[in-house]
Amino acid sequence: MLIRAKADIPASEIAPESAWFNRRAFVAGLAAAGLVGTARATPRYVAADGGQKELNGVSRGPFSTDEPANSYEDITTYNNFYEFGTGKEDPHRNAGNFKPQPWTMRVQGEAEMTGEFDVEGLLSGVGLEERVYRMRCVEAWSMVIPWVGVPLGEVLKRFRPTSRAKHVAFETVYRPEEMPGQKRRVLDWPYVEGLTIEEASHPLALLAVGVYGVTLPNQNGAPLRLIVPWKYGFKGIKSIVGIRFQERRPPTSWNISAPHEYGFYANVNPQVDHPRWSQASERRIGSGFSGLFARRVPTQMFNGYGEQVAHLYSGLDLRRNY
Amino acid sequence: MRVYKPLLFAACLLPLIWLGLRIAEVVEPGLGANPAEAILDELGLWALRLLLLTLCVTPAARLLKKPRLYRFRRMLGLFAFFYCMLHPLAYLLLDLQLDFAHLGEDLLKRTFITVGMGAVLLLIPLAFTSTRGWQRRLGRRWNRLHRLVYPAAILACWHFYWQVKADTAEPLVYCAILALLLGLRFWWSPLKGRLFRGG
Repeated sequence: MLIRAKADIPASEIAPESAWFNRRAFVAGLAAAGLVGTARATPRYVAADGGQKELNGVSRGPFSTDEPANSYEDITTYNNFYEFGTGKEDPHRNAGNFKPQPWTMRVQGEAEMTGEFDVEGLLSGVGLEERVYRMRCVEAWSMVIPWVGVPLGEVLKRFRPTSRAKHVAFETVYRPEEMPGQKRRVLDWPYVEGLTIEEASHPLALLAVGVYGVTLPNQNGAPLRLIVPWKYGFKGIKSIVGIRFQERRPPTSWNISAPHEYGFYANVNPQVDHPRWSQASERRIGSGFSGLFARRVPTQMFNGYGEQVAHLYSGLDLRRNY
Repeated sequence: MRVYKPLLFAACLLPLIWLGLRIAEVVEPGLGANPAEAILDELGLWALRLLLLTLCVTPAARLLKKPRLYRFRRMLGLFAFFYCMLHPLAYLLLDLQLDFAHLGEDLLKRTFITVGMGAVLLLIPLAFTSTRGWQRRLGRRWNRLHRLVYPAAILACWHFYWQVKADTAEPLVYCAILALLLGLRFWWSPLKGRLFRGG
């Protein structure tokens, strides 16, 4: 993975700030309204907070939607990342002391290659791709996000999982001194998630290292996180330090917290409601007046990725296996 | 004393003015990436805060021996009602966007909304009969009717508690305040004597 320091980027390549800060542009006049939510162009943006580095050699990957992407600002200021606090703006506010470099990942279980791996080394040689995916949160809001990452399956293959590896378990880092939200036991830390090996090997599943062409901001799960776009957002575990191949289905954090509300699969499904609210439609996130009056859109089965993933669940009662 | 009521009136409008400034992006923080949710949450929080503040008047007047405080109860109550109406109005306009079919579904399926709607419904007759004329007309029945504010406040806290995903700390603070306010009333009521007598 090639990471170039921000200082190396010619000024001409840096997008004008106004491309993200539509919110303020909006105040200046309604003319900017058309820009809202359409800021994505080429992955040449640099974060306003200055901490991000540009990712080079990013090719345009498959499965991208051409729906307008949310602004960088929306994506990096409205997050569910309870390790930094439970408010949507808490991660943006509280993630400043988190240190995503250097980063090692522990790989264990049913695989030939296990041990500690440096992330840079691990991802070298796998081409970075931009994937513009829909992200549907279980709370009935959604965004369109231009991730940069590598197919998860490509990375997992390198560990040569054995035939007993039926599931993959993931674990988030536990650093209460850098992640103030972990000081309160809102969830059972560390956050854990899991997939079946078929789900993890699916070409849609992404190990994301960046967004909008730059490295992931801390609040978005730096330095690497999971993206499974046909599932609710909470399956996309962030700041991963552990991967374990195993036969048995691994426990998952939200399922432990509220088993009748959050299942292992957590596939986006407009027909199966959350016990406390409907999942039939969603609010597409967007700041400013246009966001305020943005139409609710109907939620699609498997978040619109049914063509690619429905076969993984044939014969499975999705109402029971929510 | 004359200035206090207009002052309180202005103070009760401040949350709305502040929200207006945030919508107009005059002040930081603005409304963020999900402005509809921000407006909805803010109005709901102030509805609950003012409702609890209204319930503070009686114990405060009694404990501080300042019966003059009672004069502010009606205004606080009516402002609580005002925010309690704005909150579902924002939900209807910004969240549901006047999709009434969806409203029906929400009222059935999203139980925390059913509970919140119950609180609003209980408050309507109270706001309606808040005038001096109605107070006179209903006499002792007025007091009995206005005890509906207790179940309304319980439903409001429940509504807040129930819509939270995992972090219940904030709603629990409101629940604790309400429990304290209701506990005081129970302590002072003849009901207590009746329940514990002979034990």
